[in-house]
Amino acid sequence: MQSMESTRSTRSLSFPDKVLHRVFTHLTSNEDRNSVSLVCKTWYNADRLSRSKVSIRNCYSVSPEILVRRFPNVRCVTLKGKPRFSDFNLVPPDWGADVHAWLVAFADKYPLLEELSLKRMVVSDESLEFLAFSFPDFKRLSLLSCDGFTTDGLEAIASYCKNLTEFDIQENGVEDTSGSWLSYFLESFTSLEVLNFANLSSEVDFDALERLVSRCKSLKVLKVNRSVSLEQLQKLLVLAPQLVELGTGSFSQEFSAHQFVDLESCFSSCKNIQSLSGLCDATARYLPAIYPACANLTFLNLSYSAMGSDELDELLMHCPCLQRLWVLDTVGDKGLEAVGSNCPLLEELRVFPSDPFDDDTIQGVTEAGFLAVSFGCPRLHYVLYFCQQMTNAAVATIVQNCPDFTHFRLCIMNPRQPDYLTNEPMDEAFGAVVKTCTKLQRLSVSGLLTDLAFEYIGKHAKNLEVLSIAFAGSSDRGMQCVMEGCPKIRKLEIRDCLFGDAALLSGLDKYESMRSLWMSSCNLTMDGCRLLAKKMPRLNVEVIQEDESDDSEADKVYVYRTVAGPRKDSPPSVFTL
Amino acid sequence: MSASGSVSTVSREDNLVVSSEDSSSPDDSELELGLGLSLGCGGFKQQATSGGHYARILTAKDFPSVVSSSSSSSSSSLSSSAYSLSKTNHVTVGTKRSSDSVAAANATSQVVGWPPIRNSRINCTVVNQAKSLANEEYNSVIEKNRRKNTVLEKITNSCNNSGNAKGRTSLFVKVNMDGIPIGRKVDLNAHSCYETLAQTLEDMFHRPTTTVNAFRSSLQEHDIRVEATRPSKLLDGTSDFVLTYEDKEGDWMLVGDVPWGMFLISVKKLRIMRTSEANGLAPRLQERSRRQKNKPVWPFSPIKLPI
Repeated sequence: MQSMESTRSTRSLSFPDKVLHRVFTHLTSNEDRNSVSLVCKTWYNADRLSRSKVSIRNCYSVSPEILVRRFPNVRCVTLKGKPRFSDFNLVPPDWGADVHAWLVAFADKYPLLEELSLKRMVVSDESLEFLAFSFPDFKRLSLLSCDGFTTDGLEAIASYCKNLTEFDIQENGVEDTSGSWLSYFLESFTSLEVLNFANLSSEVDFDALERLVSRCKSLKVLKVNRSVSLEQLQKLLVLAPQLVELGTGSFSQEFSAHQFVDLESCFSSCKNIQSLSGLCDATARYLPAIYPACANLTFLNLSYSAMGSDELDELLMHCPCLQRLWVLDTVGDKGLEAVGSNCPLLEELRVFPSDPFDDDTIQGVTEAGFLAVSFGCPRLHYVLYFCQQMTNAAVATIVQNCPDFTHFRLCIMNPRQPDYLTNEPMDEAFGAVVKTCTKLQRLSVSGLLTDLAFEYIGKHAKNLEVLSIAFAGSSDRGMQCVMEGCPKIRKLEIRDCLFGDAALLSGLDKYESMRSLWMSSCNLTMDGCRLLAKKMPRLNVEVIQEDESDDSEADKVYVYRTVAGPRKDSPPSVFTL
Repeated sequence: MSASGSVSTVSREDNLVVSSEDSSSPDDSELELGLGLSLGCGGFKQQATSGGHYARILTAKDFPSVVSSSSSSSSSSLSSSAYSLSKTNHVTVGTKRSSDSVAAANATSQVVGWPPIRNSRINCTVVNQAKSLANEEYNSVIEKNRRKNTVLEKITNSCNNSGNAKGRTSLFVKVNMDGIPIGRKVDLNAHSCYETLAQTLEDMFHRPTTTVNAFRSSLQEHDIRVEATRPSKLLDGTSDFVLTYEDKEGDWMLVGDVPWGMFLISVKKLRIMRTSEANGLAPRLQERSRRQKNKPVWPFSPIKLPI
């Protein structure tokens, strides 16, 4: 009797599944969804059946089988593979992260797959063909920092994905065998909204591109590669004045005054442009042509264009709404002064080095440039800054001016370089950052750093999620401070520091709540790694041993949590302990 | 060349000897300081630094001005051998290092994956640099043909346009000065004649404090571009140094002998060379210094210009 009553009361409190599903479809953030799935079994089920988007930030943390079993109705998948340091050649090329097994599982269980975003995965031409054939509804493909495919694979996508709306191929190691892939889009194909092939190196079939742009009236994003000339770009712009994001090709050509005027008027009819990139070899002669299109510009990427300070100054005067700016350090401190003066709404700044391997020359930007920006741009919250010199005092002032940093990535290019004025370590600089910027999520440190810097970080960086460390620290205590301190740490990447086994093991309690740990050229031993693997069975402790030199040392270690157990596709140089 | 090949065998004693000989004049005490720093930096590039060794890039700030003071010319040749050695080491002169460890302990360029820049960006930058040079060449040639001016007119015109920022892109070339291990980069397109370039270079290497304080040096550059009044010692042969450049064929030439536009096309890098080193170029140099003692400074002397 009593039990029946209680069942009745619980039943009246629970929603019918349909309603729950309906409510959950409005939950778009996967973080929210992860939370609701933990409430109770009913909610868990409602979430898993209604989830259409999954984002797997470490492809080895889960297997395709487990994924498709838990979430049967997925339409959009994001997959990230190799550790980030593979961008800098620290990971052997055959390490893994091949997407094919995933595609096979998806073809079986997600026939309605619409969207696939891959980052640092290995993608072969066969995989691209398989993709093109297996998913008739496929709409959006994004490949970022992937490798393993050639333009042949792109041909397959172009030929068979009849509903494609987004085709975004960025910064990949693509073997360009020919530029004819563009001509494989059918004449009846008109759905494209996003096309980005800026980093491909080969010549493209311009006629095919022109026809494609002409018939795809919904095209919003177009980023072409260097082979597209200024004159050709003009033709494209005439066909697509509705573009919101534009990446130009080569921006230098011998133009007559008349042609220049045409170019200028072409840009002035592009009233919707919010993002501009490319501008390779942009000469100051032709740069003014883009001014009319800059009124609504929020993102300007000049990092492939060796611009000087004066050109930048003039250009920025025409960009009152600029929020994000990427430049090369050829603009110098003087150019950054111009940024400070012209861009009060700036939120993000990235300064890349134009000549990073020439440390014999004083060049690029200094602390003065960064300071100038901080004085003029109080809303700045994302910075990536490559420089040759920095001071503690400058950084302290910078974060006083801009206390809202969420991403602070400072790269003093010469390893272990102290404050060049006082000769002291840069501990106080990063101390100031973590003390002042309470919203800090991502931090990359550099310069000469002792354990003190990490004491500060452990103690103050309460919201820190991603930390990158290189050539720093004075003892195991440094890493220990971080492992014991930062409550929200998710990703830790360490290279060339003297942290040893004790440091590694100090994080035992943390690793399962972290996505991954990377340590290379530190002082780890195989024994230490084995101990970690033994104590934490739900972690994969992978050691990459590329040369046969010293078997007892663990030169490259990658630790990550997983529900899929040790992976079965490791190459010979990778050992899962 | 004063740099010897035996980088790796420089010992502590050698350096100390140089230091003590230089301790006579106030200028040279700075030399000593510079060397002292070098000596303390043995562990700079090694991984397991205890944290007690603080090393830093020896910037031009550390070295006394060697351009105009005649008193330091003798000691500077001594110091230059140490500096040239440290130049090869990039920053520091290690004590009793084997050549292997010197090579291994090198700075940025030798470390895998550092600075952390993606390959696609590195490839693009290299292409950019090559292309910007090629561009300038193309544009200058076109300009020359179109205008059909005499060489002189062209020089005069370009000098008058000195304040004009439009119509140019950056053309950075490396500049090294004998005796100073750290080089600089100068944007040749920020100048329209040799005078302003020479003045900028003098300031860059002559007044070390401004080389590291970008605010001040950028202001200097701006002022210089507007008024090219002060004659440059580098060009008129009164300095211990001359300005030379390496052209595309790899030959080292005196700066100032060809029209500016032609110079821009052919220059690959600059070197502020000791007058005593400029032996291969000597005849021209002596001729120029004889002539220029009585004449206004180039480019205002029409007789010199080749057609």
